[in-house]
Amino acid sequence: MTRSKRIPAMLVAGLLSLGGVGLAMSDADDDDSHEREEHRRPSGGWVRSRPDVAPVTNATYREECGACHMAYQPGLLPAGSWVEIMQPAALGEHYGDDASLSDALGREISTYLTANASDQAHRSRARAFGVRTADTAAGVGRDLPRITASVYFRREHDEIPARMVTDNPEVGSFSQCDSCHLGADRGVYNEHQVRIPGFGAWED
Amino acid sequence: MKPTTVLVLMSAGALVLPGTSFAVNPAAGAAAWIQEHPQPDASQARSCTSCHGRDLTRPGRHVKTGKVIEPLAPSVNPRRLTDPKKIEKWLLRNCRWTIGRECTASEKADFIGFIKTQ
Repeated sequence: MTRSKRIPAMLVAGLLSLGGVGLAMSDADDDDSHEREEHRRPSGGWVRSRPDVAPVTNATYREECGACHMAYQPGLLPAGSWVEIMQPAALGEHYGDDASLSDALGREISTYLTANASDQAHRSRARAFGVRTADTAAGVGRDLPRITASVYFRREHDEIPARMVTDNPEVGSFSQCDSCHLGADRGVYNEHQVRIPGFGAWED
Repeated sequence: MKPTTVLVLMSAGALVLPGTSFAVNPAAGAAAWIQEHPQPDASQARSCTSCHGRDLTRPGRHVKTGKVIEPLAPSVNPRRLTDPKKIEKWLLRNCRWTIGRECTASEKADFIGFIKTQ
């Protein structure tokens, strides 16, 4: 390229990059307004987090199971565990509650859960939920499988004192994911979106 | 729809349509609503109010999971008592869990009769 041609090219490049800065600045403005909005409404972070486990997509599952508790994402348990939980007899004694379903509904939900279980998932955090602790894997206590009994879950929560969760009347149990994980319903579980009722943000 | 559901709904309808099979007694439903049922495993006694509360126009709270349960009273929540399948499902589950057995058609009719007046 000759010198005379290089100057207009540089000008064009300069204008383009100025335009780029302008765009970037308007983006920043948007982020600021989002941030202010999100501060008033602390239901989500100002950075949109990517779900750690795929969000629930089956309306029947959300309706039937979400009536009593958070509709846990299928990627929080391996398929074998979902099959155990969804046995008709097991549903009749579902962690101390009666969660009986008609055969048709039970089949639909079981199919959805197993097809999207942690051992079917591509996201690494969901896959981690597939590894059960030795005692639960061996079926000790003849208890139903629990998300809270996975190796990964226990390791991620082992520093949380009882007074913040099990002894905290606003939480009560590690099973209430959405009490502290603001993005739980969307499958977002990163530590930046944790607010423990009565205690605030959790700094690992 | 199961025959019992039809019977229950017809009986509940008896409030406005007299002459069906048996009388609905909303007062009996109201009494049964607050009756405490001791549990065989000595855990806390259960009643309908454990999760739904005494005031049906206000939201309840699942006694175990803490999940908010929308008000049962049709006066504030018009979608209540509109889906027979839902009514059948919840009466089955909740009678088993609370009382320890399935409710009779007459008991179910009384509960529905009571809820309708709320």
